[in-house]
Amino acid sequence: MKQANKKMVFKTLGIVGLMTAFTFAMVPLYNVFCEITGINGKVLVSKELYEKVEVDKSRVVTVELITSIHRGMPWKFETTKHKIDVHPGELNEVMFYAKNLSGKTITGQAVPSVAPSQASFYVSKTECFCFDQQTLLAGEEINMPMKFYIDPDLPKSVHTVTMSYQLFNATSDESAAAAGQ
Amino acid sequence: MAHGHHPTGIKRWLFTTNHKDIGSMYLWFSFTMFLIGGAMALGIRLELFQPGLQFWEPNFFNTLTTMHGLIMVFGAVMPAFVGLANWLIPMQIGAPDMALPRMNNFSFWILPFAFTLLLLSLVTPLFPDGAPNFGWTFYAPLSTKFGPASTDFFIFGVHLMGISSIMGAINVIVTVMNMRAPGMSLMKMPMFVWTWVITAFLLIMVMPVLAGAVTMMLTDRHFGTSFFDAAGGGDPVMFQHIFWFFGHPEVYIMILPAFGIASHIIPTFSRKPLFGYASMVYATASIAFLSFVVWAHHMFTVGMPVAGELYFMIATMIIAVPTGVKIFNWVATMWQGSITFETPMLFALAFVVLFTLGGVSGVMLAMTPVDKQYHDTYFVVAHFHYVLFPGAIFGTIAAVYYWLPKWTGNMYNETLGKVHFWFSIIAVNLTFFPMHFSGLAGMQRRVPDYNMMFEGFNQLSSIGAFMLGFSQLLFLYLVINCIRGGKGKATDRVWEGAEGLEFTHLPSPAPYHSFEQAPEVK
Repeated sequence: MKQANKKMVFKTLGIVGLMTAFTFAMVPLYNVFCEITGINGKVLVSKELYEKVEVDKSRVVTVELITSIHRGMPWKFETTKHKIDVHPGELNEVMFYAKNLSGKTITGQAVPSVAPSQASFYVSKTECFCFDQQTLLAGEEINMPMKFYIDPDLPKSVHTVTMSYQLFNATSDESAAAAGQ
Repeated sequence: MAHGHHPTGIKRWLFTTNHKDIGSMYLWFSFTMFLIGGAMALGIRLELFQPGLQFWEPNFFNTLTTMHGLIMVFGAVMPAFVGLANWLIPMQIGAPDMALPRMNNFSFWILPFAFTLLLLSLVTPLFPDGAPNFGWTFYAPLSTKFGPASTDFFIFGVHLMGISSIMGAINVIVTVMNMRAPGMSLMKMPMFVWTWVITAFLLIMVMPVLAGAVTMMLTDRHFGTSFFDAAGGGDPVMFQHIFWFFGHPEVYIMILPAFGIASHIIPTFSRKPLFGYASMVYATASIAFLSFVVWAHHMFTVGMPVAGELYFMIATMIIAVPTGVKIFNWVATMWQGSITFETPMLFALAFVVLFTLGGVSGVMLAMTPVDKQYHDTYFVVAHFHYVLFPGAIFGTIAAVYYWLPKWTGNMYNETLGKVHFWFSIIAVNLTFFPMHFSGLAGMQRRVPDYNMMFEGFNQLSSIGAFMLGFSQLLFLYLVINCIRGGKGKATDRVWEGAEGLEFTHLPSPAPYHSFEQAPEVK
């Protein structure tokens, strides 16, 4: 190959390499972007303190709670209430229930999401099972509280906030996970 | 002479490093894929002739739409343009051949294997759960969690096509940058070369993105990653972002070379130089640049913030500006020209008019509030078929009619060529125009059944599709007939108004090694 051609081939291959790297870099970038901007309902999973905020009694926001289970996860995972009406600013508590239906010890992790996405900044949780993992023995059941409050700055256009939790298998022991499925 | 020995028979084609041989193989491969993908389209139209389920199971119908899209995009349109680039670029820039002839051979011979992998998924004994059925856009998690086993063959097929396209693009860039005849500065390059260089840059930038997306699919399916799985911390919407970051430049990859072709044919038959050459170059480059920053207009319904929707809407509409520049330049080229209507000119004119129509429905789709209603309806199908069939495919057909006498040394049958044109243009409108109406009335795409009220439009579309499909066999006959002698010898200039090195400096048929000595360009 001529020298000039070789140089040009390497330059173009460089672009190909850069774009490949960029594609995989999009994954973390995308998550960072969504967490910072709060679009897409991605919420920062972090514990917040309940500051004494003024409760806006004049406003009612409907909070819907949805639970779902990742395919192959042998647990029962439910919420005791599917819908509650809350005032922005007040601290609310809801209960979730989980039961390990399999014959093995399994660790679960719930991944939260908030819709509509513009509400995701205004939902603050002081206590949530989604902050850490739960390990349940075979047949064990557990009631898990979740405490949250809605920031009174929630945009006026939002009347309903949906909080969903999907539970997936986080058992590190692969044989246990395989047996569970 | 070193190049005196040519192997004959099958070895000529297997081992060839000649740009004309490889170009021909690309074009024949593309036409074969065009017929296979076309047969699938006819299968779709057969089912949609009447509401209800007549011919196919819904899952097989989904397979047909998926495979039709994949084969037409990656098997028909893209290889056709690479084939034209191979044939034309060395002749147009005054080079003997492409810069990297062995890689050229390799990039072609990957393709039959890629498409064998893809088509194997249709073999039922191998894959009882069927071929890919998730649409050519293969959105996750439909293609990851719920994709059939054959999805892995599809993934490796896409990897191979990607490698082939990247190598083809690198070859074009190196050839154009290093092998131009003395005196041919960048701003003297023929438009087809310009549009192809820009296309090549798009290709090397977005094919890795596609390869990355399917690799993530592969690891999600088999190696326990969760790129697109919300439960594992991934995000299915991210798949759409990555896919369309590839997908939108891809649609310009499928049209820019056709822009170049029209910029050769219209001046020739108007007997005037191209109006606004420099603005054509800059317009093409701006379209290519803008194609990278508008991808999310394909996904207005995923729930974006209003600011995002506004940005993508406005950025998308801005593309109409450089595209409009091109359209007006073609019209201005024809203005007061002494126009004749040979077959290539007819196809090029149909290209300008119908591509504009597809572009206008594109501007409609760019409007977020309107798009939310049009999304995933036949209006979208009408839009992208108007830019792809009368755009990319008419462009290719026009190029073949225009340069075939130069390639073979023989004239094709002009009367039959015109018959082919009139059948094609009537059929293409009969097929795709009614889809605007059925789409606006709410008919969804990718569904084998539909409401009774859409029956009339669908019957028109189906009749048109069969007419369109079968009239392309006339094109096949015309090309073979021309290769075998056609209507007599072509002159070296071929067309009265033809410009460019391939017409002014080379005999017809063009010699095996285009320019043994570089021509002088003033």
